[in-house]
Amino acid sequence: MKTTIETRDLSKRFGPHTAVDRITLSVYQGEIFGFLGANGAGKTTAIRMLCGLLEPTSGSGTVAGFDIIRQTDRIRSRIGYMSQKFSLYSDLRVIDNLRLYGSLYGLGKQALARRIDELSALLSLSPLHGRITGSLPWGWQQRAALACANLHRPEILFLDEPTGSVDPVARQTFWDLIQTLAAGGTTIFVTTHHMDEAENCGRISIMIDGRIAALDTPRALKERTGKPTLHEVFLHLVDPHSESLKERA
Amino acid sequence: MPYAVTIDNLRKNYAGEHALAGVSFSIAAGSLAGIIGADGAGKTTLMRILATLISADAGAASVLSYDVNTQHRKIRAAIGYMPQKFSLYEDLTVWENLLFFADVFGVIGMERQRRLDRLMAFSRLGQAQDRRAGRLSGGMKQKLALSCALIHTPRLLILDEPTTGVDPVSRNEFWRILKDLQRDGITIIVSTPYMDEAEYCDTVLLLHRGGVLMQSTPAQAVERYPHALFRAESRAGTVRWPARAPAPRGARFVYPSGGALHVAADPQIVNEPALLEALREVMPEIETLHRIGPRMNDVLFSCYNAAGSAGPESAPPPAPAPGHAHNPLAMIRHAISQHRKGRP
Repeated sequence: MKTTIETRDLSKRFGPHTAVDRITLSVYQGEIFGFLGANGAGKTTAIRMLCGLLEPTSGSGTVAGFDIIRQTDRIRSRIGYMSQKFSLYSDLRVIDNLRLYGSLYGLGKQALARRIDELSALLSLSPLHGRITGSLPWGWQQRAALACANLHRPEILFLDEPTGSVDPVARQTFWDLIQTLAAGGTTIFVTTHHMDEAENCGRISIMIDGRIAALDTPRALKERTGKPTLHEVFLHLVDPHSESLKERA
Repeated sequence: MPYAVTIDNLRKNYAGEHALAGVSFSIAAGSLAGIIGADGAGKTTLMRILATLISADAGAASVLSYDVNTQHRKIRAAIGYMPQKFSLYEDLTVWENLLFFADVFGVIGMERQRRLDRLMAFSRLGQAQDRRAGRLSGGMKQKLALSCALIHTPRLLILDEPTTGVDPVSRNEFWRILKDLQRDGITIIVSTPYMDEAEYCDTVLLLHRGGVLMQSTPAQAVERYPHALFRAESRAGTVRWPARAPAPRGARFVYPSGGALHVAADPQIVNEPALLEALREVMPEIETLHRIGPRMNDVLFSCYNAAGSAGPESAPPPAPAPGHAHNPLAMIRHAISQHRKGRP
């Protein structure tokens, strides 16, 4: 298996505070890797280092084969990034957003038109090209955002809480698209607070206070902790003294 | 049974599109009511009408026996409302935010001190009281917002997705606080995208395209589940189901759930080996099939299925009617007129 993300003792300190504390992990091509952790555990800081947006204090790493300290430009052209918070220009049409992002990624006019057709077919976006992005339901906006993040054929997609506030059916549809991209060879590095989504990942890591406290397949983590769901695995690892509301009732 | 909220045929349009298309229900005093449904189903609109921030186009609603159209001052003094977007002052500290909201609601003197002490104790924000609100973690921000909504000791709490983007441990703690508040006699209305949270509620309301698709206790919803439910798994890992693939023989519908497939079948004629065989024809990696009890997530899929759609976002949305639908100026005018109506 080809490794697309690799870190060794990657750390980031802000003054006296250690946000990311010596994390070591490998992610394989085409894998859906769930990067979980409590709010404030250091996930976003780690992702920013992997995307070449933040310099590590110590440790090393490569993304798509390039060094995350010295080759950040090369990395940025090979990754896509999407989050619930930063999305598309809501007062532009879907097609305008696609063209804008395509030209920002430096795609030529014809190559861009072909790529837009390709992604629109894959994501069933064609009927919506002329619609104002902000007027669409969340799931379809997110689909358009996913298309924009994929225009330059990134090897790795970073998804930082892509599904915050949506109902389970729309999230299911979104995950189906993610799995389609992964099956096509794109590596997916995703954070989420929805533990049912994490069950869809090939492997997950759980970050606590800047460190990776567990890293394995969902099934292995459940078996090791003796918990039936990842939700309970998470509670068990992150806050061993907590009892779930169910147990308490 | 005394009701904290009763709603009769409530309607609200935004620029020609239904946000609420005739919603009726009631919420018993002292209960914890959960509102679920897709984005755009009408959850936030409904909560804003109950909080008297916007007014309905038609229909009636009473909150704590006050009319939302004529007695909004009384309602505002008696409820706590927490909007979906974090709306505290990020550059004020935890303590300063609490003092500010105490002042706004006229909570002063000894009473103020007593309430603040109590809020600090139950939210366990004491250690962070001098930290700026903008620097709190997601879970702590939501606890602070809840504390601010509680400063005037409301009898009804309206919480719009308070745990969205909050990690499982903090969500667990937040819900424990809600349960404690309920024990103190406060009625709570809370919307959530998490189906495990819906299971903690006394009553759950599922909104769909501006209407009520279901209102039930979680226990009843599970009891009335009309299908035989199975879980199809593979030890090798996640099992996928092709989008838009027709349901296999013997199944009513199939959907992915937590890395496996959930299969709803007719309880009268279900034949397990044949069902497994039919599933394996589509997805050969499926190894096991076993009967499971439905949870709220399954109830939701069943409700959407009965409503004749695979879900709110399974098909592209229809194009809006031409005209003012997306005219920003018309929307601003509309918002201003709503604002004036709300504050005569």
